Amino acid sequence: MSKVVTTVKPVATNPLKLSQPLGASLAFLGIKGAIPLLHGSQGCTAFAKVMLVRHFRESVPLATTALTEVSTILGGEENIKKSIEVLLEKAKPQLIGLCSTALSEVRGEDVAGILKTCNFPIPVLYVSTPDFCGSLSDGYSRVVEAIVKTLPQAGALNPRQVTLLLGSDLTPGEVADLKQLVAAMGLTPIAIPDLSTSMDGHLADSYQGVSTGGVTVEEIQQAGRSAFVLAIGETMRQAAKLWQERFQVPYALFAGVTGLEATDRLIHCLMTWSGNTVPELYRWQRRQLLDALLDTHFYITGKRIALALEPNQLSVMSHFLAGMGAEIQVAVSPTRTPQLEHIPAATVIVGDLGDLQAHGAGADLLITSSRGVPIAKALGIPLLRMGFPIFDRLGNGLRSYVGYRGTMQLLFDISNLFLEAEGH
Amino acid sequence: MLQAKINQLLTEPACAHNHHHGDKKNRSCSQQAKPGAAQGGCAFDGASITLVPITDAAHLVHGPIACAGNSWGTRGSLSSGPLLFKTGFTTDLSEQDIIFGGEKRLYQAIKEIAQNHRPAAIFVYCTCVPALTGEDVEAVCQTAREKLGLPVIPVLAPGFVGSKNLGNRLAGEALLDYVIGTGEPPTVGQFAINLIGEYNIAGELWDVLPLFAQLGIQVLAKMTGDARYEEITYAHRAHLNLVICAKALLNVARKMQERYGIPYIECSFYGIRDMNDCLRQIARHFQSEELTAKVEALIAAETQKLEQELAPYRAKLQGKRVVLYTGGVKSWSVISAAQDLGIKVVATSTRKSTAEDKARIKELLGEDGIMMEGEGAQALLDVIQRTKADMLIAGGRNQYTALKAKIPFLDINQERHIGYAGYKGMVTLARELTNAMYSPIWRQIRQPAPWEVDYE
Ligand code: SF4
Repeated sequence: MSKVVTTVKPVATNPLKLSQPLGASLAFLGIKGAIPLLHGSQGCTAFAKVMLVRHFRESVPLATTALTEVSTILGGEENIKKSIEVLLEKAKPQLIGLCSTALSEVRGEDVAGILKTCNFPIPVLYVSTPDFCGSLSDGYSRVVEAIVKTLPQAGALNPRQVTLLLGSDLTPGEVADLKQLVAAMGLTPIAIPDLSTSMDGHLADSYQGVSTGGVTVEEIQQAGRSAFVLAIGETMRQAAKLWQERFQVPYALFAGVTGLEATDRLIHCLMTWSGNTVPELYRWQRRQLLDALLDTHFYITGKRIALALEPNQLSVMSHFLAGMGAEIQVAVSPTRTPQLEHIPAATVIVGDLGDLQAHGAGADLLITSSRGVPIAKALGIPLLRMGFPIFDRLGNGLRSYVGYRGTMQLLFDISNLFLEAEGH
Repeated sequence: MLQAKINQLLTEPACAHNHHHGDKKNRSCSQQAKPGAAQGGCAFDGASITLVPITDAAHLVHGPIACAGNSWGTRGSLSSGPLLFKTGFTTDLSEQDIIFGGEKRLYQAIKEIAQNHRPAAIFVYCTCVPALTGEDVEAVCQTAREKLGLPVIPVLAPGFVGSKNLGNRLAGEALLDYVIGTGEPPTVGQFAINLIGEYNIAGELWDVLPLFAQLGIQVLAKMTGDARYEEITYAHRAHLNLVICAKALLNVARKMQERYGIPYIECSFYGIRDMNDCLRQIARHFQSEELTAKVEALIAAETQKLEQELAPYRAKLQGKRVVLYTGGVKSWSVISAAQDLGIKVVATSTRKSTAEDKARIKELLGEDGIMMEGEGAQALLDVIQRTKADMLIAGGRNQYTALKAKIPFLDINQERHIGYAGYKGMVTLARELTNAMYSPIWRQIRQPAPWEVDYE
């Protein structure tokens, strides 16, 4: 067990934390025809939108209930209703994801109650996502939980159908890889949410004011008939449990699928569940990964690495790197979760990028978002960009570090950074 | 207090927005986003755009994480020296802080920044939540100022009071109330001016400042691109204010005229005509023959150089049709820049434009020119299609709307990395426009897929 330190300080310096509504919006974008609607003032939406647009380099549908000082005080009921009416008419969405903000929460509005009195032709899902607690992954998980509670419908179980509950660390490319693997094992996956066809970067035929890809509302309803649930990410545990309670089907939870052992475990699970053997493609990829492990371990073993990521990804990466023989010099998380206690690191800090800078000196590699660039420069340490936001790299939507092939890619990316730093 | 300030700003007499409204409030500034829309930034956003470019100050955002966590470090203002302005500071209020009040925490935050970073000043931005719970941010700043012996400036621009535009003005008020007039410059030359409303996006300022230097014009204070805190304290000693391409900070110019007798002129650094015009206006103001001669000589030299450098681009851009989708004054300044290159601007947004701007746009665009009020992405695409435009020039948020419609695009907003100001910027603009418009990818993109072609 590592010692988790929460730095007690009045000011966050270069915050690592992102807001819950941002994470919630991201989750809603994995549903086809959806539009996230932030219940707050216009700026909250504008900022979240700019972040998503710059990270994915995609147009991102996002709307605001446009609370003003007056409507915040008097109550935003009218704003909510009006927004939904406008969206129904203009964007013709299949689903509206209504997320609260600090502003609407401080007033303590009964949004769920308001929605009950309305009758909308499409699902309007409300999630409470105040900015004053949690971070991106919390907002995201809350959306998945809200979906699980309401949308899937019970029916005769389909033994070949699997529901995938996918955590916020997974990129669209990683979601695609996981779906492909599950399908290759002879099972039919329904990913909730499914960023692989919405935020992957694709050219649609015409402009739409809603999410142009992702899992459909109908598919989510159908997912109630899955005989099995695969949850990826500790942040999906609650959603998986809720699913089990609702439909009495088993689930398997994996914190992540990066690394040989983690991928082996997942494949073993899929073999057991499907009764099928593993296709040659994956067998061959495993051989490639074994070779990559041999080739790259020279560069990674003994290296000191400093990371600042959302808690689940932080934990998954730390374990993976420690498994490669690296030393985790410091791990920084924006929020506190039980997972942090098991991170194999000298120091685990709940803090900001200021902490990464203070404790990262002397490390051989930094792993965090693009916001770590100035720190990497100041400390003269190479940076592997991971997490959110990544402004200064292209292809964030399609990159994959999961499965045999993705793990191999990660090993090469890290080792190449070391090679470059050593000046070979 | 804040409400009084806002009302006053909404009826800002120097702003042409108000000329036609009598004592009614200014529409453009009080313009709020509509429910169900995805509109621009909030007042806090506008305030930080205006003040964050002050490079040696610390900028502390007082509120929960959304305001700062989602916004810090995303703007393109550059510094020639200090980098403190790039650090994102926030009180990151938790539920506890909100219940029990965040004033103590705010004070502690200010103190810590003062001790650890030794900033020239600290700007404290009050966002929606502390404004709603009624925290006295001004009082906290006052106490901190006295105890820490350092300028601590409250910026009361919570997002929900209005648009980005209003936020710019509120930031201007903070400068007027707390900064301008509190210092003295080392020297004041014969032709001392301030720049107001220029933020050194992508280092644009650095293509213009050498021109002033060459003419013997002293830029006393820049508000606020690549500024040091101190220069703004003595801005009141300038002889002339140049309001650059931004109605938003007219309140600063007008009040400086009132308080310190400094006249102001409005100009733009975009386009050859406007840049020439700007320099000539300065010369006219100072009524110095020597300066006038220098300005004319500079314009002649630059024009000659430009003729050569722009010739190859002009040949390619002549007659091309573009749609411009941006806010406020920038519309007309960019129109004239595009026209200087022989481009036809077929439509533009007039979302934040004043009646005066609109008249000017009308004049520049001619009879067929379309003026859009900003109805969102779909309407924008319709206009592009209707006008058979070759290109869209807009802010980054619309980039992917254009690209998805397979239309060439050029970004001219806050987050870009290329400067278009001054004569140098004109060449850059011509190059970027040509590159975007003539990229060989457009032909490939529009190619049908193999399965859409009949091979026979
Ligand atoms: S609208 Fe208010 S709460 Fe939202 S980002 Fe702007 S200042 Fe922050």
